[in-house]
Amino acid sequence: MAFLEVEDLKVHFPVKGGIFGRTVDHIRAVDGVSFSLEKGKTYGLVGESGSGKTTTGRAIIGLNRATAGKITYNGHDITNLKKADLDVRKEIQMIFQDPYSSLNPKKRVLDIIAEPLRNYEKLSKQEEKKRVLELLELVGLSSESITKYPHQFSGGQRQRIGVARAIALKPKLIIADEPVSALDVSVQAQVLNFMEDIQEALGLTYIFIGHDLGVIRHMCDDIGIMYKGRYVEEGTVDDIFDNPQHIYTKRLVAAIPDINPENRREQIYYRQEVQKEYEQSYDDYFGDDGLAYGLKPISETHLVALPEKG
Amino acid sequence: MSKLLEVKDLRVSFKTYSGEVQAVRGIDFDLKKGETLAIVGESGSGKSVTTKAITKLLPEPQGYIKTGEILFEGQDITKYSNKQMQKLRGRDISTVFQDPMTSLNPTMKVGKQIAEGLIKHRKMSKAQAREKTIELLELVGIPQAEKRLNQFPHQFSGGMRQRAVVAIALACNPKILIADEPTTALDVTIQAQILELMKDIQREMDSAIIFITHDLGVVANVADRVAVMYAGKIVEVGTADDIFYNPKHPYTWGLLGSMPTLDSDEEELFAIPGSPPDMLNPPEGDAFAPRNRFALEIDTQMEPPMFQVSDTHYAATWLLHEYAPKIEPPESVQRRMQGFASMDDGKDGEA
Ligand SMILES: Nc1ncnc2c1ncn2[C@@H]1O[C@H](COP(=O)(O)OP(=O)(O)O)[C@@H](O)[C@H]1O
Ligand SMILES: Nc1ncnc2c1ncn2[C@@H]1O[C@H](COP(=O)(O)OP(=O)(O)O)[C@@H](O)[C@H]1O
Ligand SMILES: [Mg+2]
Ligand SMILES: [Mg+2]
Repeated sequence: MAFLEVEDLKVHFPVKGGIFGRTVDHIRAVDGVSFSLEKGKTYGLVGESGSGKTTTGRAIIGLNRATAGKITYNGHDITNLKKADLDVRKEIQMIFQDPYSSLNPKKRVLDIIAEPLRNYEKLSKQEEKKRVLELLELVGLSSESITKYPHQFSGGQRQRIGVARAIALKPKLIIADEPVSALDVSVQAQVLNFMEDIQEALGLTYIFIGHDLGVIRHMCDDIGIMYKGRYVEEGTVDDIFDNPQHIYTKRLVAAIPDINPENRREQIYYRQEVQKEYEQSYDDYFGDDGLAYGLKPISETHLVALPEKG
Repeated sequence: MSKLLEVKDLRVSFKTYSGEVQAVRGIDFDLKKGETLAIVGESGSGKSVTTKAITKLLPEPQGYIKTGEILFEGQDITKYSNKQMQKLRGRDISTVFQDPMTSLNPTMKVGKQIAEGLIKHRKMSKAQAREKTIELLELVGIPQAEKRLNQFPHQFSGGMRQRAVVAIALACNPKILIADEPTTALDVTIQAQILELMKDIQREMDSAIIFITHDLGVVANVADRVAVMYAGKIVEVGTADDIFYNPKHPYTWGLLGSMPTLDSDEEELFAIPGSPPDMLNPPEGDAFAPRNRFALEIDTQMEPPMFQVSDTHYAATWLLHEYAPKIEPPESVQRRMQGFASMDDGKDGEA
């Protein structure tokens, strides 16, 4: 049994309309997503904005209700988890994209990081402070930070505060939702290196949500590519980057800016070829409803959403 | 090639309650017809302030040009009246800013905002303008253009608004297009499309582009020349090849090394430690010294001048002084330099 198993997950949001405010339609934010992930690994979720990545992450940690499907964590069914299963709950944490708005500006760093501790553990003030100081050290922030407010930190430092809070309860699985997208490249590198360090030190498993494929490739072992709530392709890093099969994946891969001189001309050519293929064969890859087909294996690790006939 | 724009010793400051924020501290660059110049640097390095000084969009009176000239086709536009400047902005220089709402009129239909420029500056009839507007909207990737035409900016999503702004900027066929992080908020595939679109239009109209970004990777395929900014100064400038394959400034090394590239998935990224200086009190000497693992004693005392590396390539670092110790750039950067050198060999071999 995998560490985390997501089976045919659907999250549909009702659209209200008419004068009676009745449900007239549904947004199929996540529409039949399945994947599994091993302990200690990093699983990447990629796709353009609106493709359902965040909603998938939120459903796993219980912030969005699953309309259908099953989520199994370490052998426990955690689909639409009840409060009674708090112990499992605290093993899964989420880090958010925007280090500017995800921290309460009116709270001191001490209170921000201690909040999850206060919710789940009964610690004395001393114990609590000691834990927060340990966490700050782990994420590379000075002990004076404890009395400061979020606006007194840079973006990279704020993201570290977010990480400190996320690991306060010693989680086993962290869902990192575009954790570096709002940061400058140089700061991005600091945070990525640091996330890898604590992954090793604490034996963490990551779901890493992102749209920057350079970052995704750097961080992840396996990758799922989402489009309009469905998977179009799944595979190892090598499957996806060296052998992309779905036109949507090919387009994403072709769009990565490659600054290596050996590949420069080749890449421009590849991008033009892919664009041509995209325009010519879009209809072959998507059904009449514009949605992806079901996944079919093309190797042990590599799945692609191709039409029945092929 | 003739110089379309020349910026000379530009200094821009802001008066604030805490004192003078020295956002831009003496920069020089020029822009030739048909060329794409990328200005790259971390947030706060002064990129946007530079573009706002050029377009006279600094928030007055706090923001002001302290010294310097900005010559557009030989005329110093820092002396232009607001009215002259407005005309220049409508016709010769257009801008796409990070935040699309700075460029959109919230009370006017999007289609009309695009068509306006076409009618005014490209002398099109209403019907022609409508057709071209639809074409432009489709070009920038806005589906159902005919319907979108009649919508207001608030009915567009963030990404859609930015695409509309690109369409407006391109509509008036500018001599200079200033794009300030135009694709930062957009998805990668759309990013690539918009960059390519800008290049196409440039080829067609021979316009020049100033492309501002914090992400060096984005400019690899679009820039002819690159200027790297740090703490209000240009610290290195050169052709794209100079900057990517023969970088001299440790800050440029840091920017290049911190990018996860396709062959870096196994190793630790070369991160730049710390954060940029406070521009209220810029440090003495080389502003990058506190974050520079290769800093020399002299960096804390004296600001380095621009050293010339080649006809096209300049960098402001004491490491280029003849007495400085010889220092190797980080490995990932070296590898790229070698790759480029060997590619040159290959080219020579073929010829
Ligand atoms: N609470 C919600 N109510 C209604 N629609 C939502 C809600 N949350 C997300 N959506 C919609 O679901 C789709 C997927 O969103 P999201 O998961 O945030 O995408 P991503 O993270 O890939 O950008 C989008 O169309 C979004 O507008
Ligand atoms: N209206 C303003 N008042 C005071 N300081 C400002 C103002 N606008 C910009 N600055 C400062 O000028 C510097 C350069 O900013 P900017 O050009 O926006 O940076 P970027 O390179 O990210 O575009 C920063 O230190 C910023 O805080
Ligand atoms: Mg999201
Ligand atoms: Mg800016």
